[in-house]
Amino acid sequence: MREGNSVGNEEAVFFSRVLTETTLSFHIIFATIGVGVPLMIMIAQWVGIRKNDEHYILLARRWARGFVITVAVGVVTGTAIGLQLSLLWPNFMELAGNVIALPLFMETFAFFFEAIFLGIYLYTWDRFENQKKHLLLLIPVALGASFSAVFITIVNAFMNAPQGFDLVDGELININPLIAMLNPAMPTKVAHVVVTAYMTAAFVLASIAAYRLLKGSNHEYHKKALFLTMKIGLIFSVAAAIIGDFSGKYLAEYQPEKLAAAEWHFETEGNAPLILYGVLDGEEVKYALEIPYALSILAHSIPSAEVIGLDQFPDDEIPPLYIHYLFDIMVTIGVWMTVLSAVFWIGTRRRWKMVSTKWFRWLIVLGGPLSIIAIEAGWWMAEVGRQPWILRGLMRTEDAATTSGHVDTMLILFCLLYIVLGIGVIVVLRRMFRNNPVDREIEDREMEKGGDVL
Amino acid sequence: MTLEILGITVLWTFLFGYILVGAIDFGAGFFNAYSLLTGKQRILTNIIQRYLSPVWEVTNVFLVFFFVGIIGFFPKTAFYYGTTLLVPVSIGIILLAIRGSYYAFETYGARGHKGYSFMYGLAGILLPASLSIVLTISEGGFVEMVDGKPVLDYWLLFTSPLTWAIVVLSIAATLYISAVFLTWYANKARDVEATNLLRKYALTWALPTIITAGGIIVELRNHNPEHYSNIQNFWPMFLISFLLFIGTVWLLWKRRNYGWAFILLGGQFIFAFFGYGASHYPYLLYPYLTIYDSFTNPAMAISLIVVFIMGLGLLIPSLYLLMRLFLFDKNYVRGKGDYHA
Repeated sequence: MREGNSVGNEEAVFFSRVLTETTLSFHIIFATIGVGVPLMIMIAQWVGIRKNDEHYILLARRWARGFVITVAVGVVTGTAIGLQLSLLWPNFMELAGNVIALPLFMETFAFFFEAIFLGIYLYTWDRFENQKKHLLLLIPVALGASFSAVFITIVNAFMNAPQGFDLVDGELININPLIAMLNPAMPTKVAHVVVTAYMTAAFVLASIAAYRLLKGSNHEYHKKALFLTMKIGLIFSVAAAIIGDFSGKYLAEYQPEKLAAAEWHFETEGNAPLILYGVLDGEEVKYALEIPYALSILAHSIPSAEVIGLDQFPDDEIPPLYIHYLFDIMVTIGVWMTVLSAVFWIGTRRRWKMVSTKWFRWLIVLGGPLSIIAIEAGWWMAEVGRQPWILRGLMRTEDAATTSGHVDTMLILFCLLYIVLGIGVIVVLRRMFRNNPVDREIEDREMEKGGDVL
Repeated sequence: MTLEILGITVLWTFLFGYILVGAIDFGAGFFNAYSLLTGKQRILTNIIQRYLSPVWEVTNVFLVFFFVGIIGFFPKTAFYYGTTLLVPVSIGIILLAIRGSYYAFETYGARGHKGYSFMYGLAGILLPASLSIVLTISEGGFVEMVDGKPVLDYWLLFTSPLTWAIVVLSIAATLYISAVFLTWYANKARDVEATNLLRKYALTWALPTIITAGGIIVELRNHNPEHYSNIQNFWPMFLISFLLFIGTVWLLWKRRNYGWAFILLGGQFIFAFFGYGASHYPYLLYPYLTIYDSFTNPAMAISLIVVFIMGLGLLIPSLYLLMRLFLFDKNYVRGKGDYHA
């Protein structure tokens, strides 16, 4: 049981990073759905009440049922990452706890609020005479879910742009928790996270509807679901693109090394081109698509503006250059989904035949998983782009990790857990909707209400 | 009252909340699995699911609140406990993950799936044991400082009688609390069969609970004499706790006032838990960490307390609504109408 020697620590740092990445990568799938889907349920319920259309109400109900399963996994993996922060990065939490505990604490309240009202919402179907009352219960659920994301992203923003304290001889003084929360990375990060969560949730639900349409059912219900989710997805993907542009400007101003690494921008220069795709060979970029001036525009809105390059930073403060690929994946998928949903929206309104063809629907089916990949790639880029720091400019990742020698064993255990949970979710969700197809549920509800619904 | 004591009292209260609602939750999962094994599922499952389904997520938040709060108020705990607890707490997380998700899988996805029921029943009963290790370690004697870093001695931990006494207590108490609560709930639902069965379980687990609870105090005399002598100073609290325990068992035995039986049980655990906590003062981890040398800066402490008060303003009415709808609503408790999504 010897722990604490330097070789052990190097290993512990490596495994701690892998374990944190694994947990977060698994968690954000469910977290994203958890933030976005309550809003979709709320919109469907609202549209259903307003149009007096039973289909939308049923849509809300069926989404809610599937949602509970993903919430369960989101809750337990969220608990895992919450505890792992202290277990794997005790030195970081000791320091950061002094400055950033406030939003962490607020996040638990948001989560509490959501948990209470989700329980009530799920178990009060048909308990209220008035469906509008039932809709009101969804507001705290959606608010709680979104505010959890807001607060936890504030913590992450603080890691990118720590402020709200002075560090004098290793001692923290003049701590101001509010200033720490309102750090410069906060607005763009929070907005981007929340909006892309809505966008992803919409496209995931669209993908399910498109799949049902492809697999035989030609029910009006699925068509309504598809049009509603694609429209919402389009709105939020446009918003995501605009905020993405702000994020670029933020990076140029406050975290230029991340932008430079993501863009393979080696030399500080004006009229900087944006590099899309390509392969890096030493310091040479091959097969890339260059858009002149675009990086200067992204960074400062002026084509001739100077963009800081990697030459301005010491070698040991430059993030890994592979984040360029992650950036490309994220942006490409984002643009692709915006175009796809715009074509679908216009096409449906103008009755183009193309949007109801098989191949187009397959593209929509593909959109759900693609959006999740974009979320993952975006987070990896944001997190790896902060290396070598855990607190940018203050604490290096290797100084923050635990000294325990058991991280590798825990990594294996957690990987097994995520496999078990992942398989469980898929099996349960499939069984849930296979055994109770929508056509039958509509019939059942009509019978219940004496057939005078539709 | 200083901010330090206020902070630890708030956290201790939330930990108590978690232990109470968590015990009901974990015990219920175990009884559900046990009833499957003995063919009594028909009697118990409905009662258990009707209570648990709307609240299982809330239970979990009490735990999150506690560990986020303790890092907020006492950031140094991250350094000491974070490093030493990697293995026991990771096992706890894994059990928690299996329990929470498989509960949802069984309840919402595949009702009556035996494999899922066993998974969450088993994981739930191991959970209190894995988390109670934290209480053992806080007594000191298992953590050693090597090069300024805390190191946990697993061999010493696993061979200590104190460890096992606390593990046994946590399991016995879980089943006891859960059975008493569910007896009351089943009685409210006018389910005679379930009430009788759960009453039997409650009486079965009463004795092991009180014996191990007493045993731990004796165990502490050898392990941590300072804590033992502090406990002596709080003897009235433990006496009241014991009397309340007698009251609960008497009411159960006489088949009367199950609601009061549960309230007395709550009182029993409040007095024991706060008596234990007060006698632990001022240490968070004996003898390295006190609540004074680990407290956060005043600016953070005040903002946390402000947020805490605002948060409670939001939570208490919501919790009240939740309880009114699912705990004190006759039609829901008796299972009239299927309101499930």
